Amino acid sequence: MTLASIIIQLLNGLAAAASLFLVSAGLSLIFGVTRIVNFAHGSLYMLGLYGAYSLIQFFGRTPLGFWGAVVLAALAVGLVGILIEVLVLRRIYRAPELFQLLATFAVVLVIKDIALFTWGAEDLVGPRAPGLSMAVEIMGRRIPAYDLVLIAIGPVVLGALWLLLTRTRWGALVRAATQDREMVGALGVDQARLFTSVFFVGSVLAGLGGALQIPREPANLELDLAIIADAFVITVVGGLGSIGGAFLAAIVIGVAKAFCVGIGSVTWFGFEVSFSKLTLVVEFLIMALVLVVRPYGLLGKPQAAQRAAEPAPRLQVPSWTFALVWLALLALVPLAADRYTTILLTDIVCFALFAVSLHFIMGPAGMVSFGHAAYFGIGAYAAGLLLKRFGLPMEAALLLAPLIAGLFAIVYGWFCVRLSGVYLAMLTLAFAQISWSVVFQWDSMTGGSNGVFGVWPSAWLSDKTAYYYLALVLCGAGILFLWRVLFSPFGYALRAGRDSPLRAEAIGIDLRGFQWAAFALVGALAGLAGAVYAFSKGSISPSSISIAQSTDGLIMVLLGGVETLTGPVVGAAIFTWLRDVVARNTEFWRAVMGGVILLIVLLFPQGLVGGLKALVVRWREQRA
Amino acid sequence: MLTRNRLLAGAAALVALSLAGPAAAQAPIKIGELNSYKVFPAFLEPYKKGIELAVEEVNAAGGVLGRKIEVVSRDDNGNPGDAVRVAEELLSREGASFLIGTFPSNVGLAVADFAKQRKVLFIAAEPLTDKIVWDQGNAYTFRLRTSTYMQTAMLIPDAVKLKKKRWAIVYPNYEYGQSATAAFKKLLKEKQPDVEFVAEQATPLGKIDAGAVAQALADAKPDAIFSSLFGPDLAKFVREGQTRGLFKGVEVFNLLAGEPEYLDPLKEESPDGWYVTGYPWSELKTPEHTKFLNAYQAKFKDYPRLGSVVGYATVMSAVEGIKKAGSLDQDKLVAAMSGLKLITPFGMIEYRPIDHQSTMGAYVGQIGVKDGKGYMKNWRFVDGKDALPSDADVQKMRPKN
Repeated sequence: MTLASIIIQLLNGLAAAASLFLVSAGLSLIFGVTRIVNFAHGSLYMLGLYGAYSLIQFFGRTPLGFWGAVVLAALAVGLVGILIEVLVLRRIYRAPELFQLLATFAVVLVIKDIALFTWGAEDLVGPRAPGLSMAVEIMGRRIPAYDLVLIAIGPVVLGALWLLLTRTRWGALVRAATQDREMVGALGVDQARLFTSVFFVGSVLAGLGGALQIPREPANLELDLAIIADAFVITVVGGLGSIGGAFLAAIVIGVAKAFCVGIGSVTWFGFEVSFSKLTLVVEFLIMALVLVVRPYGLLGKPQAAQRAAEPAPRLQVPSWTFALVWLALLALVPLAADRYTTILLTDIVCFALFAVSLHFIMGPAGMVSFGHAAYFGIGAYAAGLLLKRFGLPMEAALLLAPLIAGLFAIVYGWFCVRLSGVYLAMLTLAFAQISWSVVFQWDSMTGGSNGVFGVWPSAWLSDKTAYYYLALVLCGAGILFLWRVLFSPFGYALRAGRDSPLRAEAIGIDLRGFQWAAFALVGALAGLAGAVYAFSKGSISPSSISIAQSTDGLIMVLLGGVETLTGPVVGAAIFTWLRDVVARNTEFWRAVMGGVILLIVLLFPQGLVGGLKALVVRWREQRA
Repeated sequence: MLTRNRLLAGAAALVALSLAGPAAAQAPIKIGELNSYKVFPAFLEPYKKGIELAVEEVNAAGGVLGRKIEVVSRDDNGNPGDAVRVAEELLSREGASFLIGTFPSNVGLAVADFAKQRKVLFIAAEPLTDKIVWDQGNAYTFRLRTSTYMQTAMLIPDAVKLKKKRWAIVYPNYEYGQSATAAFKKLLKEKQPDVEFVAEQATPLGKIDAGAVAQALADAKPDAIFSSLFGPDLAKFVREGQTRGLFKGVEVFNLLAGEPEYLDPLKEESPDGWYVTGYPWSELKTPEHTKFLNAYQAKFKDYPRLGSVVGYATVMSAVEGIKKAGSLDQDKLVAAMSGLKLITPFGMIEYRPIDHQSTMGAYVGQIGVKDGKGYMKNWRFVDGKDALPSDADVQKMRPKN
């Protein structure tokens, strides 16, 4: 790279960072105050683009029309944010931690289909910014004038936010709530109004980030998920709740990406290294590095301890009769139902073990994982590759795969247990994405983006019913084992660590060691679920390690209820079954799915099983 | 009154009805179709309309084997695991006779492998990957669409004619982009051994950093660019490249960019003079296309996209296959599909016995701009059979059995 191209790529990176910063700043604000992991933030960004596109059509392509449309679109998105907060989130603030994630996930599905219905499926290429459509020559190279404006907008918004947060009463309240929201509530601040206003400002920032992209990015339906991961990464790399940190992180990541592209392919010691391929994963690499070195992000501070409103309820041991009756019922299904029911149940059984292993680590062990699909996918790939590349018999591959997934969990877990809260969750996501990108790129071993094919079980298991019984036995055993472990001294130690790390260590529990062991254990069992899943499908593709797979796991656990043992199993069953039923109608099935999840969220804020248990308790009390 | 005799008579009638052939034969033939409708809606909404049109026409003409047809569609979520599950559902619960559809390469390949395991006919509609008929080909899988290799090969003669020495390449980083790039480099090198590939950019699908990519390519000072971008990535690349003067004095070749799905959104910014493969729907005057166009416009009040042609031709292939087989027996269907010839809106195609690839062609030409819209100019039709490697090469790639 010459000096000129280094400077130009630097400018490119800064321009790309502008919108990333706006979106992440909004996310950081919302998270700081409300502790909501807002999946729908990317959807708000997408709405900003679509809104600006339509408004510019309406106002005409004049400078006033363009900038008017950008501002109005951002404000309109702010109103959508208020709607989401008032109609959905406000009703579930008291739900267990992370439950709101489920609601925002449903909102993503609904908004996507609303956008499809309103704006159609075709990509909408917006106009260039009137008056700024030309390029400016810098060191003999041309750079769009609009990019220079974007580079300036970033610091302007940063300054405005800084003034808002440090020089106004509202800003003081926001900072106070970010540090200790119970205390702010106790001092008599109307939390509902504060939350609504924060949601409005955060959403306006997301909408503005989107609307400003109109000259650079066609409005399309994939934008929501494309930006949300990046926004989370930047928020966490910068440090949660730190606007300045988000600004710094956006620049680091924007510039790093531009340089990966700028460097292109280089030959080192006879090996060709393609930096342009690194763009798949560079933000997650940076996040992993930053979190390992600085556990609270670049400019973040340790999170204030949250005083849980109510301690998590005691886990109830499911009785042996309960488990045996269900196993017997499930064993009888193939005799009564058709072939497809058996196949669907095989899926459900795999996902149930996946969800239970995730629940083990995020519920009782208190370590939320956003990248649990790593172990599911590695288990699946290990099974497939041992069979196809190393020629092992299917049975051996199936039994070795969990060990390999467990090994990876040991490595990843060593880093993860050093962190806590959302930082820990995001580090698990970083490891999952790094694994995903390796699988995605390593054509000669993993089949690259296509995956591995011909991963079928041995002849004696090729019958779907036989395979179902195998899946039921293996996954059922895995689930029962995990439940049993929760009531061993090991399980109690983990819960002690979740409820009070300080006291747990004071009474001599090697908390980090226990947590590390828990990571390895759930990694291996998620790997078992993945291996069983792989052989039931006959093929594995990188989507089994993707963010979508990790999200599915979270949804299942939360849907069923994180505070119960059977919740994740019920969640896995309901979610898989629902998707199967709803997706039959190919039109707008996402909105229907989102609507159903929203309904469950609002009716059962403790998840399905938690909610039903509460109903039973209330009914008994009334009768008594 | 309900007497024992009446009951018996009723039961007997029921048994007779269920045994009688004609009554059962009246039920429509079900064809199972699966696709990633929500992941690639820009291509697949017109595709779905193409399917609907074909079903309507077939049934209006009396169906096939004396029965109507019904296409049962499912969304596979763009995920191979889900695809295999819905494929199973279509076969075992819906009673579909065989499978058609799919869009992304990984889903297409997973369903192809499933079809082989389940010994069921599968007509892959859209996946472009070469592997589905070659490296991973199997007896039960056929593919309609002009493949990555074929479309790339169609562009080669123009590329060779220009005698450009320094080529830069940009592609979406997954199977389609990777194999397009590999095929292009190999084919061009054969015809023009002194060619140099000066830069190569692999961009994440849907997330191209267009400004940086345009700059990096410009830094390499290429004489020509080969791109396989499509959708939002293409639109971003075109805009950044134009603003930054990347395309000045540089010839650009772009697979698929002439398809209305990807060309139309570019409107007045459509890049003049690019060499592309695509579908100049408004200019085709062949009788088979005119008939299709008129029927499509009459039914949907909209013009067809390439997806419409693919959906239409897939169902027509399935129907002709059934007709030729004269039954729904899988072995007979597969035997009938092999070497099946039929007329599509793009003219006669044949599913080649050697690798089960159809010889559906594509239109090659240059992009022009007229009245604020992109269109294809100087186009010509290239028959698919002229863009395939030699039989010996195909046999080397395709596993025996």
